[in-house]
Amino acid sequence: MKEEIIIRISQLIKRFPVGKDEFTALNGIDLEFYKAEFAGLIGPSGSGKTTLLNIIGSLDVPSKGLVEVLGYSIGHLSAKEAAQLRKEKIGFIFQSYNLLAVHTVYENIEFPLLLLNIPSKERHKMVMDALEWVGLNDKMNSKPPQLSGGQSQRVAIARAMVKRPSLVLADEPTANLDAANSHHIIQTMQKLNQELGTTFIFATHDEKVISYLRRKVYLLDGKVDKDDFVVDLNGTKS
Amino acid sequence: MKLALKLAYRNLIGAGLRTWLNVIVLSFSFVIIIWLKGVLMGWDYQAKTDMKQWQIAEGQWWHEAYDPFDPLSIQDSHAELPNTITPLLEEGLTEPMLFVQASIFPEGRMQSVILKGIRPEQQLFRIPSIQLDTISEELPALIGHMMAKSCRLKKGDIVTIRWRDANGTFDARDVVIAGVFASNVPAIENAQVYIPLAELQKMTLLTNQATIISFSDEKLLKDPPTSWLSKDKAFLTKQVDEMIKTKSSGQTVMYIILLFLAMLAIFDTQVLSIFRRQKEIGTYIALGYTRRQVVGLFTIEGSMHAVFAAFVGALYGVPFLSWQAKAGWTMPIDTSEFGMAIAQTLYPMYSLSLVFTTVFIVLLTTAIVSYLPSRKIAKMNPTEALRGKLQ
Repeated sequence: MKEEIIIRISQLIKRFPVGKDEFTALNGIDLEFYKAEFAGLIGPSGSGKTTLLNIIGSLDVPSKGLVEVLGYSIGHLSAKEAAQLRKEKIGFIFQSYNLLAVHTVYENIEFPLLLLNIPSKERHKMVMDALEWVGLNDKMNSKPPQLSGGQSQRVAIARAMVKRPSLVLADEPTANLDAANSHHIIQTMQKLNQELGTTFIFATHDEKVISYLRRKVYLLDGKVDKDDFVVDLNGTKS
Repeated sequence: MKLALKLAYRNLIGAGLRTWLNVIVLSFSFVIIIWLKGVLMGWDYQAKTDMKQWQIAEGQWWHEAYDPFDPLSIQDSHAELPNTITPLLEEGLTEPMLFVQASIFPEGRMQSVILKGIRPEQQLFRIPSIQLDTISEELPALIGHMMAKSCRLKKGDIVTIRWRDANGTFDARDVVIAGVFASNVPAIENAQVYIPLAELQKMTLLTNQATIISFSDEKLLKDPPTSWLSKDKAFLTKQVDEMIKTKSSGQTVMYIILLFLAMLAIFDTQVLSIFRRQKEIGTYIALGYTRRQVVGLFTIEGSMHAVFAAFVGALYGVPFLSWQAKAGWTMPIDTSEFGMAIAQTLYPMYSLSLVFTTVFIVLLTTAIVSYLPSRKIAKMNPTEALRGKLQ
């Protein structure tokens, strides 16, 4: 079966103004990502991982080049269209969880569904499913400050997954977690990737995460240094 | 919008004490503005009611030469009572009064006064003219408490008055103070002495003449005969309206200060929120909000302070304002010195339009003050906001 390309990046350049000069964060990136990939952007700080993830997530725009995500050209989207893309098709997981502190776990997970105007009954079922995935049913009424780091990140995963997005972008999701929690988190995401067929792209330099990735894109100074696929015995990339 | 309201509500409740401090400050604005406005409305009502009951009834006919601001006009401001008045007079629907300039000599001092002839049996005004209906050697006279105070006169005192009759001849006689009345209308008390109308007409040789004629119904004001001018209630209370307007402008400064203080708290909260909640702003954007929608959310959140304040204000404001409307507000100083129709105790009056206008103005101001700092969000870089980087 032919693999479906969901992200196509061609000759991507991203520059940021630094005083009077410019800093080139991404310098001629060419990449393609396929549906249901469990891939990671790996590299040291400043290599451009997060910048690339932000552009894929339509939070930023390319300075030059083409970035096409789920059929949308990121550089040509209006703010409203970009928001719509994020709202419907992309889930985000952040290093510092970024949960809404005054809302309960349930409300945090429910939030993306509220944005999508999903009816209350259906919404409730979807939130409960998401809680089930991450094993936090007993914490649904807790507020983020009452949760541990691992629990918070699981809530963030549930929030990213609850709307069943095509793509989940995780920026250093285990950076604030201990080893046991890191493994638990990454295993949860791996399970969701396999069960729901959601594409996961990580930005990481955590070896624990890297060990789970089926594709490793190494970035160095804003360029792709190496692109490693795990190849099945029958010769297909997986 | 529904979602923004829901989120704003959750965020405000979640913010805890900070929200309630702002809400309480803002609720003071609501209650104090409504109370102050209510006092003015109450004063307006009281002044007009007092004027109606003591001075102007439902309207008057003035002799065409009469000018209350020109004492010299009084000399010629009189004419025979029109025939049409007689039946109304018998029914108590109208009341003529004759004004004459005079001098009074209390304790050997001379003071200019206006002698006002009033029928002792009249019931149109609250002036206790019935006290003039006595049989005594001296002419009975009524004075107001302010006049009594300034002339150091009291009931039973005898004082000399001097006046000029229709031919310009001076005459004088003693009057006995038959009563001292108190009203809230200085215009009927200051430098005025009330004596029986028939006596005054006799003393001045102005038989069956009057200076003004008051009516119990404004419909009777229509078509005044020659020599008489019709003055309706709106004209006669114009001064009160102007005074209320002036006071109202003065109070506006007070409202602005009150609102300014409350708005300062809201503005501060908004600025602080945007400063401290950058990550949250970034998260909203990452989850699918546009920056404009986040601006809207923060504006609604700020504005919702005013909605909460309206409810909190109602909690303690309704009992307080109701109690004030009943018990009134007693002025700490003697209001009779003010020279205007003002009672010692003012009873605030509130109307629905007053409450709604106040709520609307406070809501609008809060919305504007909430929006101004929120505009900064529209310029934020979401990727930096997500990292909580200050922008």
